[in-house]
Amino acid sequence: MKWEVVIGIEVHVQLNTASKIFSGASTAFGAAPNTQASAVELAFPGVLPVLNRAVVDKAIRLGLALDATINQKNVFARKNYFYPDLPKGYQISQMELPIVEHGKLKILVGEEEKVIGVTRAHMEEDAGKSLHEDFQGLSGIDLNRAGTPLLEVVSEPDMRSVDEALAYVKALYTLVTWLGICDGNMQEGSFRMDVNVSVRPEGQKEFGTRREIKNLNSFRFLEQAAKYEIQWQIDTLEDGGKVQQATVLFDPDSGETRMMRSKEDAHDYRYFPDPDLLPVCIDSAQIEAIRAEMPELPGAMQARFVAEFGVSGYDAGLLTGSRALAAYFETVAKVSGQGKLAANWVNGEIAARLNRDGKEIGDCPIDAARLSGLIARIADGTLSSKLAKQVFEAMWDSELSADAIIERDGLKQVSDVGAIEKMVDEAIAANPKAVEEFRAGKEKALNALAGQVMKASKGKANPAQVQEILKHKLA
Amino acid sequence: MSLTHQDVARIAKLARIAVTDEEIVAVGAQLNNIFGLIEQMQAVDTDGIEPMAHPQDVSLRLRDDVVTESDRRAAFQAIAPQVENGLFLVPKVIE
Amino acid sequence: MINATLKALSQQLAAKAVSSEELAGLYLDRIAALNPTLNAFISVDRDKTLAEARAADALRAAGQAGPLTGVPIAHKDIFCQQGWKTSCGSKMLDNFVSPYDAHVIEQCRAAGLVTLGRTNMDEFAMGSSNENSFYGPVKNPWDLAAIPGGSSGGSAAAVAARLAPIATGTDTGGSIRQPASHCGVTGIKPTYGVVSRYGMVAYASSLDQGGPLAQTAEDCALLLNVMAGFDQRDSTSLERAKEDYSRDLNAPLSGLKIGLPREYFAEGLSADVAGVVDGAIAELKKLGAEVVEISLPNTQLSIPAYYVIAPAEASTNLSRYDGVRYGHRAAEYKDLVDMYEKTRAEGFGAEVKRRIMVGTYVLSHGYYDAYYLKAQKIRRLIANDFKAAFEQCDVILGPVAPTAAFNIGEKSDDPVQMYLSDIYTLSVNLAGLPGMSVPAGFAANGRPVGLQIIGNYFGEAKMLNVAHQFQQATDWHQKAPAL
Repeated sequence: MKWEVVIGIEVHVQLNTASKIFSGASTAFGAAPNTQASAVELAFPGVLPVLNRAVVDKAIRLGLALDATINQKNVFARKNYFYPDLPKGYQISQMELPIVEHGKLKILVGEEEKVIGVTRAHMEEDAGKSLHEDFQGLSGIDLNRAGTPLLEVVSEPDMRSVDEALAYVKALYTLVTWLGICDGNMQEGSFRMDVNVSVRPEGQKEFGTRREIKNLNSFRFLEQAAKYEIQWQIDTLEDGGKVQQATVLFDPDSGETRMMRSKEDAHDYRYFPDPDLLPVCIDSAQIEAIRAEMPELPGAMQARFVAEFGVSGYDAGLLTGSRALAAYFETVAKVSGQGKLAANWVNGEIAARLNRDGKEIGDCPIDAARLSGLIARIADGTLSSKLAKQVFEAMWDSELSADAIIERDGLKQVSDVGAIEKMVDEAIAANPKAVEEFRAGKEKALNALAGQVMKASKGKANPAQVQEILKHKLA
Repeated sequence: MSLTHQDVARIAKLARIAVTDEEIVAVGAQLNNIFGLIEQMQAVDTDGIEPMAHPQDVSLRLRDDVVTESDRRAAFQAIAPQVENGLFLVPKVIE
Repeated sequence: MINATLKALSQQLAAKAVSSEELAGLYLDRIAALNPTLNAFISVDRDKTLAEARAADALRAAGQAGPLTGVPIAHKDIFCQQGWKTSCGSKMLDNFVSPYDAHVIEQCRAAGLVTLGRTNMDEFAMGSSNENSFYGPVKNPWDLAAIPGGSSGGSAAAVAARLAPIATGTDTGGSIRQPASHCGVTGIKPTYGVVSRYGMVAYASSLDQGGPLAQTAEDCALLLNVMAGFDQRDSTSLERAKEDYSRDLNAPLSGLKIGLPREYFAEGLSADVAGVVDGAIAELKKLGAEVVEISLPNTQLSIPAYYVIAPAEASTNLSRYDGVRYGHRAAEYKDLVDMYEKTRAEGFGAEVKRRIMVGTYVLSHGYYDAYYLKAQKIRRLIANDFKAAFEQCDVILGPVAPTAAFNIGEKSDDPVQMYLSDIYTLSVNLAGLPGMSVPAGFAANGRPVGLQIIGNYFGEAKMLNVAHQFQQATDWHQKAPAL
């Protein structure tokens, strides 16, 4: 049987505020346990939540970027369950009236575009952490993370493959970091994904029973976990078994998913509006003010790069992987006046080098101005692509401009017709066999001759000119 | 309506309150009396009435995103049942 | 001296006729003598109180005293107060010494008030008789067999017995007005949002409101001036200009329109309470007030609506008491869930558990619409009743409770009977209106009876005006129990 995969994803995006969602405690990561848990996070008797304005603003930013409805009246609700990392015994979240609803996010899988529906995004507080090691059978509770603001972004079950799921979470990741609402530090848990997976026989209308893989904090784990889960479900069904709705955890060591043993008897969360918090009311002026400050979004920028710089859609997608990268590219493209070359270099050499050194574009040793200088020398024929790479190497390890390196190392391409003609004549004289083969119709022989000329020029001869002059002389 | 003993046991479980079998019987009877009182509401037609969650019809006030709290762990944990290395200790949490 | 009002004490302190330390000593001695009988206080700390009093005297000596500096006050054990056990009448918090101050406490401290101690109360403010305290019932100073009312029974008894000139209380469904009525003192529950709930241990968040208890309306006005005020740490605290609640005390009552809700004088109201209220109304008429009959047709529904909404909010407000970070933890348990269940079973008393279970049930899956949402709709109907009523009158008058204080033990096995006695006070909380109780006479058995005054939103000054004028014309508020 052919199976169709159905995936929906919930992402917990930690918002990069200075203080917590409901108190003035710091959100900084990595402090000593419980030193950033105020009376509010510890749920002392009588303490009350007061909402952080920045959380609302950031939620609106994401809502606008997702082309979603911003609910101008939205309501916080209590989600009740007992867990030691949840000090109040309830999580303040949003249920019936979230701040953001009905959004959409465009993804690109290969060359194919698809729009994934975003059901909702709501504001809520993060829980603390339970540490299980080193306490003789006890767990240690650290509430520093409790109260960190989250946006839970819930997609429609619109994805039909792991590739689409990956494209969606990566697009969302790009967006939240692009908007500056999330620091994007996945290792610190700033972007955590729950993936709902089900399978159904191709052609069947109803969804299959889903299992939810909780709390994935890397794209690689998401890919591994979803693949494993899909295969497990298909195997189970093909063996005549049934998939039971469940929450599972992914174990990166074994590469398998397993059912969670705890969490809630029958999940009766008893949601109701939090009486400590009044409805959040957002006026249109506030939304418009935020809209006015919105940066150009990745989708719009991709289209513009294609139109303005003639780059391919695929390249534009890569170039808008982050705002810093896009800005870098755009500067290079504009200063050098060479959009396509700029795209090739940024997506090629620069990306490879950064990847090799584990660096971000912000740490790139070659700034946009220097790269533009290099590209200008390629465009005006001063450097062959081979020489350009040589200059690039030197630039990576120094602070010199392309021109300075060309000058210093004498790497200027030789385009002087007289000089090239002289070298071509010498090559023809020294390689009668190749000349004979070429004249007999063997086109490849010309390359051998050109290679000799390049060698004689120490790589500096303009390759196009060499070809041209060779052909002319042998004609 | 009437709460069964299973209902009472389920509620007690949700509320994380240990109850003995005898307590279930006694509490069940009291809860049923209370719900007898509460059931009066069902006779009232409330169609089209907007639920009132709050006495005042005002919107939420927001605070600026500023860190105002300092570390008071020592004072807060001085009254904690069990702590070690700055962590609150509880019986093992199983995920 | 012990019968002096707040007003009188502040004058004597200002005139240096008495020092704060002497005054505190006087009350502490009286507490030491009478509290073993009355059980009005949970915590008293002589050294701490005298240190505060001496600090107040030092301020006065330095010329930095405010009008209330050095006056002693008793705090309901629901307001978190740094360095004091804040038990909320519960075993759960028997070991909880608060690491922070409630807004009300900060305000009192800033005004120079001296803490005499922490008063007894129904556990987590759930109760109308003060029998639901882990620390045992409070006795009514007028009749030791009687309940003092609840949940602020300790505060009301303390003021009545002159163990304190003024006290703080909280009122979720009548918890200031009903004990004030039963103990023959004056108490006011302000409009919801006037007094910050920050640091006031939550029972039902959308209903809870702190307020003063004292001998007179004038004293209540002065203490409310201290307690009220915007506090950004409570999202439901209202951002309003600071007002002087005593500003209209002496306004004449001529032309005042008093609404008498038909439903408050119907079946169920005992004859002696009805007689006292009628007498008070006659007195106010003499002062120039006019009476109009009004209707609050959904009064009866306030009981079921309240006993859904309050337990629902309470059930989740009290989830934080789990034995992890503070408070009681069971001594033995086999795992995490067992620890929770035993801790909470041991830490909470019967009434608190009942309300948690009612609240858990009405919020649970499949019942939310039928109970919680329904109750919220009825809450709207009740608020609308008042809205319509206040188009016809300036204040509403009626009884506080159907009877004078009943006997300790009389209703403690029958929660429903207990709930029914809250009939005249619950609506005010559901609507968020201000309400007060003013001593107005005695029942046949000699137990005090209060008159309830209900104001429109932010009508505190008007209510206090009515109460003060009534107290200028009568002396019920000056009667003290023989102890």
